[in-house]
Amino acid sequence: MNFTNRYIKARRIWYRIQALIMKEILAVWRDPKSRFAMVIPPILQLFIFAHAITLEVNSISLGIYNQDLGWYSHEIIQRIEGAPYFKHVYLLTDPHDVKRLIDTEKAMVTIEFQQDFSRLLAAGKQAQVQVILDGRRSNSAQIVTGYLNQIFQTFNVDILKREGVEVTEPVVVQSRSFFNPNLDYIYFTGPSLVALLSLLIAVTVTSLSVSREREAGTFDQLLVSPLQPWQILVGKAIPALIIGIGEGVFMMFMIITFFDVPFLGSYLLFFVSITIFLSSIVGVGLFISSLSATQQQSLLGTFVFMVPTTMLSGYATPIENMPTWLQPWTNILPMKHFLIIIKGLFLKDMPTSEVLSHSWPMALIAIVTLSLASWMFKRRME
Amino acid sequence: MSGFSTQRFFAYLKKESIQIIRDPSTTLIAFVLPLILMFIFGYGVSLDADHLPIGLLIEDTSPSARSLEAAFTGTPYFEVTTSYNRTKLEDDLSAGLLRGVVVIPQDFSQNLLRGTQASLQVLVDGSEPNPANFVLNYAQGVLKNWTDQLLIEKKNIFTLPIDVQARVWFNPELKSREVLVPGSLAIILSLIGILLTALVIAREWERGTMEAIMSTPIRISEILLGKLIPYFFLGLGSMVLCLSVAIFLYDVPFRGSFLILFMTTSIYLIAALSQGLLISTLARSQFVASQVAIIVGFLPAIMLSGFIFEISSMPWPIQAITYLFVPRYFVDILKTTFLTGTVWEIIIPNLMALIVIGAIFLGLSLRRIAKVLD
Amino acid sequence: MGSSVENAIEITGVTKTFSGMTQPALDNITANIHKGIITGIVGPDAAGKTTLIRLMTSLLLPTSGEITVLGLNTLKDSDAIHDITGYMPQKFGLYEDLTVIENLNLYGDLQGLKGHEKEEAFEQMLSFTSLKPFTDRLAGKLSGGMKQKLGLACALLSRPKILLLDEPTVGVDPISRRELWKMMKVLLGQGMSIVWSTSYLDEASQCHEVLLLNEGKLLFNGPPSELTKIVDGRVFLLDVPEKGRRTALSNLLNTKGITDGVLQGNKIRIVCKPDFSIQSQEYPWTPAVPRFEDAFVDTLGGGPGGTSLLANSIPKKGKTHIAPIQTEHLTKMFGDFTAASDISFTIRRGEIFGLLGPNGAGKSTTFKMLCGLLQPTKGKALVSGHDLKTATSQARSQIGYMAQKFSLYSDLGVKENLDFFSGVYGLRGNFRKKRIDLMIEIFALESYLSSNSGLLPLGYKQRLALACAVMHDPDVLFLDEPTSGVDPITRREFWTHINGMAEKGITIMVTTHFMEEAEYCDRIALIYQSKNIATGTPDDLKESVKSKDLPNPTLEDAFITLIERSDMHNNEAHV
Repeated sequence: MNFTNRYIKARRIWYRIQALIMKEILAVWRDPKSRFAMVIPPILQLFIFAHAITLEVNSISLGIYNQDLGWYSHEIIQRIEGAPYFKHVYLLTDPHDVKRLIDTEKAMVTIEFQQDFSRLLAAGKQAQVQVILDGRRSNSAQIVTGYLNQIFQTFNVDILKREGVEVTEPVVVQSRSFFNPNLDYIYFTGPSLVALLSLLIAVTVTSLSVSREREAGTFDQLLVSPLQPWQILVGKAIPALIIGIGEGVFMMFMIITFFDVPFLGSYLLFFVSITIFLSSIVGVGLFISSLSATQQQSLLGTFVFMVPTTMLSGYATPIENMPTWLQPWTNILPMKHFLIIIKGLFLKDMPTSEVLSHSWPMALIAIVTLSLASWMFKRRME
Repeated sequence: MSGFSTQRFFAYLKKESIQIIRDPSTTLIAFVLPLILMFIFGYGVSLDADHLPIGLLIEDTSPSARSLEAAFTGTPYFEVTTSYNRTKLEDDLSAGLLRGVVVIPQDFSQNLLRGTQASLQVLVDGSEPNPANFVLNYAQGVLKNWTDQLLIEKKNIFTLPIDVQARVWFNPELKSREVLVPGSLAIILSLIGILLTALVIAREWERGTMEAIMSTPIRISEILLGKLIPYFFLGLGSMVLCLSVAIFLYDVPFRGSFLILFMTTSIYLIAALSQGLLISTLARSQFVASQVAIIVGFLPAIMLSGFIFEISSMPWPIQAITYLFVPRYFVDILKTTFLTGTVWEIIIPNLMALIVIGAIFLGLSLRRIAKVLD
Repeated sequence: MGSSVENAIEITGVTKTFSGMTQPALDNITANIHKGIITGIVGPDAAGKTTLIRLMTSLLLPTSGEITVLGLNTLKDSDAIHDITGYMPQKFGLYEDLTVIENLNLYGDLQGLKGHEKEEAFEQMLSFTSLKPFTDRLAGKLSGGMKQKLGLACALLSRPKILLLDEPTVGVDPISRRELWKMMKVLLGQGMSIVWSTSYLDEASQCHEVLLLNEGKLLFNGPPSELTKIVDGRVFLLDVPEKGRRTALSNLLNTKGITDGVLQGNKIRIVCKPDFSIQSQEYPWTPAVPRFEDAFVDTLGGGPGGTSLLANSIPKKGKTHIAPIQTEHLTKMFGDFTAASDISFTIRRGEIFGLLGPNGAGKSTTFKMLCGLLQPTKGKALVSGHDLKTATSQARSQIGYMAQKFSLYSDLGVKENLDFFSGVYGLRGNFRKKRIDLMIEIFALESYLSSNSGLLPLGYKQRLALACAVMHDPDVLFLDEPTSGVDPITRREFWTHINGMAEKGITIMVTTHFMEEAEYCDRIALIYQSKNIATGTPDDLKESVKSKDLPNPTLEDAFITLIERSDMHNNEAHV
């Protein structure tokens, strides 16, 4: 076959796929309910979750049971009340209240000063403080312990100074945080949400697209048309990619503009990598859809895919916290790789070579899932 | 004539139950999905940073620096890579392979010997703020122990005036699994509830059976209850399954009463299932119902339930939004019932909220179905 | 209470408007439905038949006016009405994943039947519908006719005083239809009142009374014979030569003064205007007994003309030596079940070939294998020499396919569906635009362009589906029950197009349950129990069953007799 013929043939195929693409976009976009569902919830979720997802602890409620009437405890309480992360400080008079406050989650932590607290300190002796933490909030409890330790330590030094003891710690820590100088949580949440929400859109658009046509009988109509199975696949994949990438890019700019997260990397690399990422997601979505006979099965498949994607990709909690035997399995999640890339591009100006080294697993997943989906189209014809 | 008929109700109930038994995907949702999810939540989700990978850059090779190095490698919190090459460690930090780098600088031992203050640099990867915080805290802790030791050796000890004795109740070792697993039961039940019911009414409309049913003397309340109850028992079944995994496989302590757990689970299930039914009646087409189910059923349950992310740390408008999603109430009840015991002050307000929301969902579904043919 | 009321249902000044629609679905209808008879509700698509039945069940409430059912007002007494009526909606309302007996149990309980009474009702219904041998079969596995019977049984369990049936015979084969009528007669004998909406006019003519609706208005209310009277002396049968019968029909329909015409084997049946002189006809003619359908079409202003703009727009197909459709020993097994067995036929270019047979006989399976939607277990199905499952795009762009169930994109607009299908079939640029405009013109889709195709009246849905299937000028056209549920006027329009296209050399394969429609086919294959039991022209088939008892068989008689013969033959083989 000579070149012109081939060109003409390719163009003819492209026109056919184009018609399918237009139809797929309309199918999502035409119905106001569905259009609404595609645009508003992701943006709402971006704003809500950006504020909601934080492992920082502030607005801590704290109970103090002070049996001591002296200056020292009074001073500490003032310092605690002055600290920014403590919101409610309950002053307790009954020892039973300590248990009640913790049990009912009114306070995450309680502090108890003994009767002789100030007397001991004034006499230059050691005094004890009881701190009780709520273990139901394991992460917060650790962070609160850190806050309290800092207050007590400063106070310790101040007391020693008053007693005329020269305290110099032999070693001090100079800490520096790379990529996120103030350890702002949004630097982590923002880019991650861009990945997660664009994934959600791509999955929603694709995972029902085949099973829905099967239930409506229109899939037969496609199969008897001149479209080959791979062309149907491409026609269904491209609109989902366009919508996913479009919203992904939009959300990226929202994060940069409204949340002041820096974007240090290359926009081109971002575009390339999100395309590869969403291709793999679209592959998974279409695979789920071609595997299911009914829309309910598709919905089930979507959930089964979404849960590990959010929980095991390093998004909810870090991968290194997982058991070592589980960690390698997370590589089959495209989200894991893209999270590394997107955070790298936002915060670290990740170089091309590294972006590519995290991209190929996603490309591989895309190839595998898309081929499987295409194969399922044919097989399902039985 | 009018009023609730047990005969019709049981007939509808029986029909729904037969359909459930015949449909393999229902059993899959109720009994296989929970196991998969329990597996993911139990093993995969953990906030316990006990093997944080850090780099230790040694620019000083004196014995005291070596002893500090040993202190770092000795702690279980860190997975230490020792190196003399700053660029390599910084690259690894940037690539996300290390969460932090501790630098023992050249003049470290010199300053120590001279009695001037020595410094230790800790560099962390801010793109993961929570692990970064843990690296900083743990590094401080390791250093503190090491300097205390140093001071004892120098016989230069003084006692600190205040001795803080911290105790953690309910979960002394602060294992995040003990907290996350009970919370995840709420998430799992909510997912199952939505998956089971979000399509059931939309499906009857699409298949035309609703029209035939509506032309019989059946009442809307009988239809709704007839749908709710079989899925309710299915949900209870999943709960028992999850509970067994939590207690026997993950060794999460259970300090509350099973009776109260059963009662609260029942009410939560009714609220969660009603939410699915409401989606189903509002959407009327399976496609839209699925879209809605994915959007409201999944991420909000995880993000806004207090399951991982502390609700009290969110800004108040977001906190207000969390009240709209049922899992938050049950997460709270579950954590307390598992780890603390029966605390009525926590159970009652949450339970009330669940009852109110469930009643609203059910009421809305009732009204929507009644009008829907027009 | 019921017995003191004269009428079963009284409809007084009822108007029903749906939000978003400019015209009311029903416009000021007043009529009485009498007790103890069958009342037919007939009319073209979107006339308001289903709306009227739903209003009677009180599933819908009138916008104005009122309906009483045995004296009970649908606005206030809907629960009481549900107690005394039985209703079968269009899709029969069965749970396909429940067995026959489970469906019965459900509806029995919902209607409040108890213990002994229930057992008795089941027993009666099962023998009445002859479903007894199938009690443990899933409803989804029943054939269309059996589903219809089960749906009926469910509606009848509580011995309703009034039975409401919404298009109960759509998609149901002639045998099941005949059985249904027999059952209706029995029920009437027991004093039941029956309301039945249908687009089959031979059924309507068997009703005691009919309500004829058009565009929401009541055109006629009374015994069908009264309506039929209006065409007395205006109906004739013309003898035409077999070769040119389609052209002859087309010419006749274009003749001024002839309001309706249909093919009946070798004859053409025409309805003339009162002032038309039959003497001027070139063909030999005989007067015919008027039928309800003749009067129906006449009342609605006559059928469409005889010229198909669609056919005119396509060039005449050239000759090829390859048979457009050919099957050789086509067999399909699903597990142990043989859905199609050893089916062979060859269809010539420009031929209209009908595939007939009862529900579940294997028509659809054969059809799907030809289209490449199913893989044959044995044998070959070739379209223009290609196996469509593996064929190239090129080969597949030569066929057009219209599925049984409406299967266009119902949430897309009319224009968008046309855009899509023209694009997929490779039409481009100016030509594409011209074709789409032409389709819109031919099928009168202009006023629906932006509405969702799922919300169109059935007739327009089918028009759109046909437009999408023929837009790219295929060589071979597959039509699976294209006129199922469609009114007679639209059906005539379809056949004008189909005839026209066949004249242009397009090969058409069609399935249908309408025997009048089968008369249009050049040849028919009768599929029964997965086998091809007879092939021939309509007249051949009629001829083959001619006997003393049946001196002048209709095609429906032929259909039923051939199937009975096949059954007898099978029984003998078993013995």
